[in-house]
Order: sequence, then structure tokens, then C-alpha cells
Amino acid sequence: MDWLDNLIKTFLDFDAMWQVMPQLLGIGLVNTLVISIWATVIGVVLGMVIAIMGISPSRWLRVPARIYTDIFRGLPAILTILLIGQGFARFSQQVFGPSPYPLGILALSLIASAYIGEIFRAGIQSVDRGQLEACRALGMSYGKAMRLVVVPQGVRRVLPALVNQFIAIVKDSSLVYFLGLLVSERELFRVGQDAAVLTGNLSPLVMAGLFYLIITVPLTHLVNYFDNRFRTGRRKAAPPKSGLDEVEEQNPTPTLTYGENS
Amino acid sequence: MTYTSPVPVADGHFYEGSSLELQGLSMAYGDIEVLKDVSISVPPGTTTCIIGPSGSGKSTLLRGVNRLHEPKSGEVLLAGESVLTQKPDSVRRRIGLVFQHFNLFPDHTALENVALALRNVKGFSKAESRRVARERLTEVGLAERADHRPRDLSGGQQQRVAIARALAMEPEVMLFDEATSALDPELVKGVLNLMASLAQRGMTMLVVTHEMGFARKVADQVVFMDEGRVVESGKPADLFDRPQSARLQRFLSEVL
Repeated sequence: MDWLDNLIKTFLDFDAMWQVMPQLLGIGLVNTLVISIWATVIGVVLGMVIAIMGISPSRWLRVPARIYTDIFRGLPAILTILLIGQGFARFSQQVFGPSPYPLGILALSLIASAYIGEIFRAGIQSVDRGQLEACRALGMSYGKAMRLVVVPQGVRRVLPALVNQFIAIVKDSSLVYFLGLLVSERELFRVGQDAAVLTGNLSPLVMAGLFYLIITVPLTHLVNYFDNRFRTGRRKAAPPKSGLDEVEEQNPTPTLTYGENS
Repeated sequence: MTYTSPVPVADGHFYEGSSLELQGLSMAYGDIEVLKDVSISVPPGTTTCIIGPSGSGKSTLLRGVNRLHEPKSGEVLLAGESVLTQKPDSVRRRIGLVFQHFNLFPDHTALENVALALRNVKGFSKAESRRVARERLTEVGLAERADHRPRDLSGGQQQRVAIARALAMEPEVMLFDEATSALDPELVKGVLNLMASLAQRGMTMLVVTHEMGFARKVADQVVFMDEGRVVESGKPADLFDRPQSARLQRFLSEVL
């Protein structure tokens, strides 16, 4: 059973896994989460701007939003990350110092915002048109109607899709290593990769993979759970009630009766 | 059928409706003309019912009055002033619109549905907007349902919340766009009663309806429209009992 031993040594070497654990936990996991959460937060803000522009009545807002979305959704993530990370390195150095970390986050945010913008746009556009009309009929401005009534309803509908997007960002965050991170800035993949190169064994990378799964799998199931709840409604079915009861309720004492109009 | 007020009138609020006048109103969707040279005069405090087959432009007309859809030509006068030269938002504040499908805000309670525009359009404080909202809900007989979401209310209750929401803005004119067409049959009368009571208490109302009984009993004037034009108008008794045009005779024979 040589080949089985070999396999286990290559992928599941317990010692190699154990040795890389402190780094995966202390550096890799922290950085992956920091990068992903920042990219998501910035991506949500930018995505909302893109979505609002994308459904605007004005062509001067709609067209730029469309072009932005097409570009950042259409390019491979790695290409965007390299272009932003290296292209703006000098500018970033003056603002953030020598680390490529902030630019990596920015690049991920731009990519994410293109997707999130589409998610928001679809959600907002799925809100019944009557909602906007009801607001306008009450004298609300377009902006207020969107902010107070239409956008909150649209966003609530797409929360599951947003969690999926977060999962995609967590995975894409591994690409930031291309920009050359400092030792303390390495995320899960890079930590696993370095250890794999040092030990000549893939087990640390398998361990890094497990960490990704620990983040993403529960989220996937959380999404499914919420999706079901949204779809089926969380309320227990009420026993049917006769409409006639309500008629009674409406007319307790008919105090005023009138017939023909004079 | 007689109409009874849903609330004792002593508790009711009296309204001072303004006049509404449509002069030669024409409207179009793109190249398709849906309203052609329509003139209707609604004196203050009176009710005008618009009847007619589907596709006659009745709903479009209401949307033109508060400029949810911009008229192509013609004039709309509210209390004698043109609404077309004023800001749409300030015009709409003075004109209440009730929709066929209620269009309540599903994530707000009945009270919040009524209070939202008070707070954000009229600029009331939170407490004040809730106080007024509660008053209006009481007026439509739904004080006890104030904390229910729309999905926990029947269609009839939802429509009464929608009416309360429009009334809270203290409109000078109320427009009803087939307000009872989406209701279960046993709940229609409750909403019509409420509308009749508003009419009786001085509101100016322009009502698009398929309820011929309501039009006959409550309206001061009935307008029959077909193919985007006013075909015939006058007192309800004249229109329903002595229809002049062949189209109206045909329409009445189909619906009555």
C-alpha cells in the first residue's frame, strides 16, 4: 500500500498541518477576513451607487454605470488586481505606505461592486412599480421615495445573493498575493503556499483549503436557510376567517343612511 | 342599495374640497393617443364618477390630474390654478390618489403607512405624525389594526388604510382609481360606504368605478368615457335612465 502512504503523506501529513496552524489562524485567517470584509463593505457602498445610477431616469448616469459594470465584470479578477495593484502603486505609497494591501482591497472592491451593483439593481427593479407611484402620489420626491420605500424593499430581497457575493470575495481574496504581500500581511492561501514550498508537502495547502471551507460552507447553508424562509414566509398559517365577520366589524351601528342624491 | 357611513358622522372630520377642472386634456403613451380633448368640471365638494369600458382612458385621466403621467396638452385647474405650471410634488400633496391594488408599503404597519408621508413630506415630528395617523385610521374604522402589516389585513382593510394614508395629507381633491375592483365581493360595500361618507362630508372626489350602484346614488355627476373621449355626461338619473348615445346604451346593457 505504498501509494496510499504516499497520498497521505502528500496531502494529509498531520505534522506539517499542525505546524502551519498557528500561522494560518494568527495571520492567514485574520488577513483573509480583513481583506474580504473591507472589500465587501466598500463593494456594497460602490455597488449601491452603481445600482442607483443604473436605474436613474437620466442617461448620463445610466450609461457610465453600464460601462463600469461591463468592464469590471468582464475582466478576469487577476488582471484587474494586477493593473490596479501595480498601476497605482506610487500613488498608494504616498497615501498608505509601501504595502500593496490597500490596493488589493480596492481592486477586489471594484470587482465586487460591479456584481453587487447588478444584484441591487435587479432587487430594486423587482419592487412593484406601484410602490414608487404611491410615494410620488403622496408628494414624495423621487429620491425620498427610493430611499424610504423602494430601495429597502429591494435590498431585503437580495440579501441571499449578497452573501453569495461575499463567498466569492473570500475566494478571490487569495489572488491578492500576486501583489507581493509582507510576511505579516499574507492571507490563508499564501500562508499555506509558503509552508507547502518550505516542507515540500501539500498538506499545509490542504489545511488552508479547510479554513476556506470553514468560512464558506456555513454561509452557503445560512443563505439557503434564509432563502427558504423568505420564500415560504415564516408565519404560521392562520385559520381561515369569514369575510362576513369583517363586514360586521365595519358596521357596528349604522348611524347614517342616505339614499338618492338630491 | 343604500350607503351607510362606517363611522358615526359626529366623529367625522369635515372637508373643504377644492374645485377641479379638466380642459381639453389630451394624453399619450408614446405615439398612442389614449385621451383626446377631455373636459370635465368638478365643483368643490361634489363627486364625479367616471364610468366606461376598459381601455377608455379612465385611469390615464386620473394619472394626468396629479401628473404621474404628464398630459400632452390641455389644462388641469385645481382651485382655479393650473397644476401644470406648479411643481408636481406640491400639486400631488393637495391631491389624494387611491389605487386599485392599494399599493401599501408591505414592510410598514398600517400606522406607519399613514405616518410616513406626514413625517417625510409634511415634516411633522415623529409623535405628531403618529398622532395624526392614528386619528385617520380611527376615521376609517381601523384604530385596532394600527399595528398590523398589510399582509395581515384583508383587502377591504388595506384599501381603507390606503384611503386613510391619502386623507392624512389633507388633500383638497381625492381621486379613486377602481378602488374596489380588487376586493372580495363582501368587502366592497364597506369601502364604498367610506367613500360615500367622504363625499357627504364635503370632499371633492373624482371616482373611476365599475360600481354603477355607487355612481347612481352618490355621484353628483356621471361621465361616460369610451376610446379616450367623453361620450356623455350629466346627472346620474339622466345617464342611467335616459342614456342618449348608442355606446352608453350598449355599455349599460352589458353591465347592469
